[in-house]
Amino acid sequence: MTKLLEIRDLKTQFFTSAGVVRAVDGITYDVAPGETVAVVGESGCGKSVSAMSILRLIPDPPGRIVAGSIMFDGKDLLALSEAEMREVRGRDIGMIFQEPMTSLNPVLTIERQITETLEEHLDVSKAAARQKALEMLNLVGISDPERRLKQYPHHLSGGMRQRVMIAMALACGPKLIIADEPTTALDVTIQAQILELMKELTRKLGVALIIITHNLGVVARYADRVNVMYAGRIIESGDAVQIYHNPKHPYTLALLRSVPRMDQARGQKLRPVSGQPPDLTKLDEGCAFRPRCDFATEQCARAAPALEEVEPGHISACWEKAKVGLVEAVG
Amino acid sequence: MTEMTTDQLEELRDRISLFKQFTGFVRKQPLGTAGGVVVILYILMAVFAPYITGFDPTENFYQNQFVAPGMQFPMGTDEWGRDILTRVIYGSRTALFVGFTCAIVGSTVGLVLGVGSAYYGGLIDLLFQRVMDVFMAFPLIIMALAIVSMSRSLHLPPDTSVYFVIIAITIPFIPRCARVVRASALAIREIPYIDAARANGFSDARIILRHMVPNVMAPYLIMITAFVGQAILLEASLSFLGLGVQDPVPAWGLMLRNAQEFIRTEPWIAIWPGVAISLGVFGFNLFGDAIRDALDPKLRTQ
Repeated sequence: MTKLLEIRDLKTQFFTSAGVVRAVDGITYDVAPGETVAVVGESGCGKSVSAMSILRLIPDPPGRIVAGSIMFDGKDLLALSEAEMREVRGRDIGMIFQEPMTSLNPVLTIERQITETLEEHLDVSKAAARQKALEMLNLVGISDPERRLKQYPHHLSGGMRQRVMIAMALACGPKLIIADEPTTALDVTIQAQILELMKELTRKLGVALIIITHNLGVVARYADRVNVMYAGRIIESGDAVQIYHNPKHPYTLALLRSVPRMDQARGQKLRPVSGQPPDLTKLDEGCAFRPRCDFATEQCARAAPALEEVEPGHISACWEKAKVGLVEAVG
Repeated sequence: MTEMTTDQLEELRDRISLFKQFTGFVRKQPLGTAGGVVVILYILMAVFAPYITGFDPTENFYQNQFVAPGMQFPMGTDEWGRDILTRVIYGSRTALFVGFTCAIVGSTVGLVLGVGSAYYGGLIDLLFQRVMDVFMAFPLIIMALAIVSMSRSLHLPPDTSVYFVIIAITIPFIPRCARVVRASALAIREIPYIDAARANGFSDARIILRHMVPNVMAPYLIMITAFVGQAILLEASLSFLGLGVQDPVPAWGLMLRNAQEFIRTEPWIAIWPGVAISLGVFGFNLFGDAIRDALDPKLRTQ
């Protein structure tokens, strides 16, 4: 199957007074058409930066994409001019942000928010754009869309705003949607609704989805493939079942242990991942997870492990991956 | 009333809330309301000048020189026999034309430049701010003096003098507005909807004009109302110094200048234009301050 998006050895760095922050340090992954890929990791591991790098929205200065390639639909995004890149943004790649409360412009009506993207990218009349906006609101399950079109964002609840964001992202018929923690700011009940909606719509419309999250529950239910990131690198990658039931990296294992599961023994305590994420300006040649790892050996300090296959389609970057297993986790 | 749709209800509610906002403003800002009344009176005076007075402000009547205020001339006449009331009324046209033009043009240019500077940030912002600092380093009146003096070397007819006054007053307004607007725009810049707009592939111009500018309307409106009063005062000052509008155009500052010689013997020539300037500037400033308070969300909740 041909890939929609191929990211190869992408490196994004921020040049700050405190030193070079290697926010994304050589990540490689693919997204097939219509596939849902999750990028998982804790705050500051580079997952958002990797997403913003795809759209080339890294603030420069201080940030810059220093190496790698991003092939999207046969085009090298890093080689496009700024004007060509603007054509891709919003039309071929839609983006959904974390904060629905602040991601909509408070002075524009819902209609204007949706039609503006349409008018910018597709050659449509005002009436056709309005019709399309109505259609999109219906599609994302907003009741009484005629009335909603005339309203302003402050009239809408968080869940509804996120639905509007989804409608905006889908309006131009993109091939890929990047959702950066789309449900973090929402109530748990609304989270499930929004995720269901995104899954259903991307399936129905055949849109690929990159979902960035720190919530492994999201991953288990909605993603086809999972990339676990730590300190700017992908440290484990596989399909959702493999990652969830057979994690082969101590960090993935620690993440899984830190969230409650239906299949764990009653009364068992959650175990948070100990320690702090590393300072991305001060990484050495060893494994970045070493200081927080239960499996660390001397070899981990000498060199960072490369991603190696543990089973078909499942790769992990750990020297001790053979020892890592969920059985140990329960004990 | 029985067959009302939700839309009509909402519209009605909006209208009621607008009326409530108005009455609320009147109640909380009595001084500002008084200022607003002065502003409206001045505007009416300027618009309907020919209907209020039957005299021509520029025609001389030598038989009526130095008539004290009385029945025929409520504010008296000047050394050319011109009716001072008429000249004060027509003077409001010059004052308001200069005041509004300078305030609106200066603030609007400042608005776009300030928001643009904040949006691009980095080196562009730094350079832009330094250029603005250079402009700010000149006292307003000195800057205006320099521009008017330069225009004098062009030897243009006297009725074009008002346009140079406008340019002279507008230019120093630009950095003052740009600086205030930039501060607000910097905060707006960090709100995710601007990132969202960029992720939607909008051009820089569209993001600046359609997404950021409407969000900094409050400081912009405040600057405009504050600038109108300042511009009226500056125009009067320049005219008084002989660098503003030129005779025979009716302008308050110019009337004051001409009245200097006669202030001991015919004080009314100086008093009335002085009153017109003071009252006007006072009214605009009161109104501007009230608008500022009304638009400030921190004060609004009280």
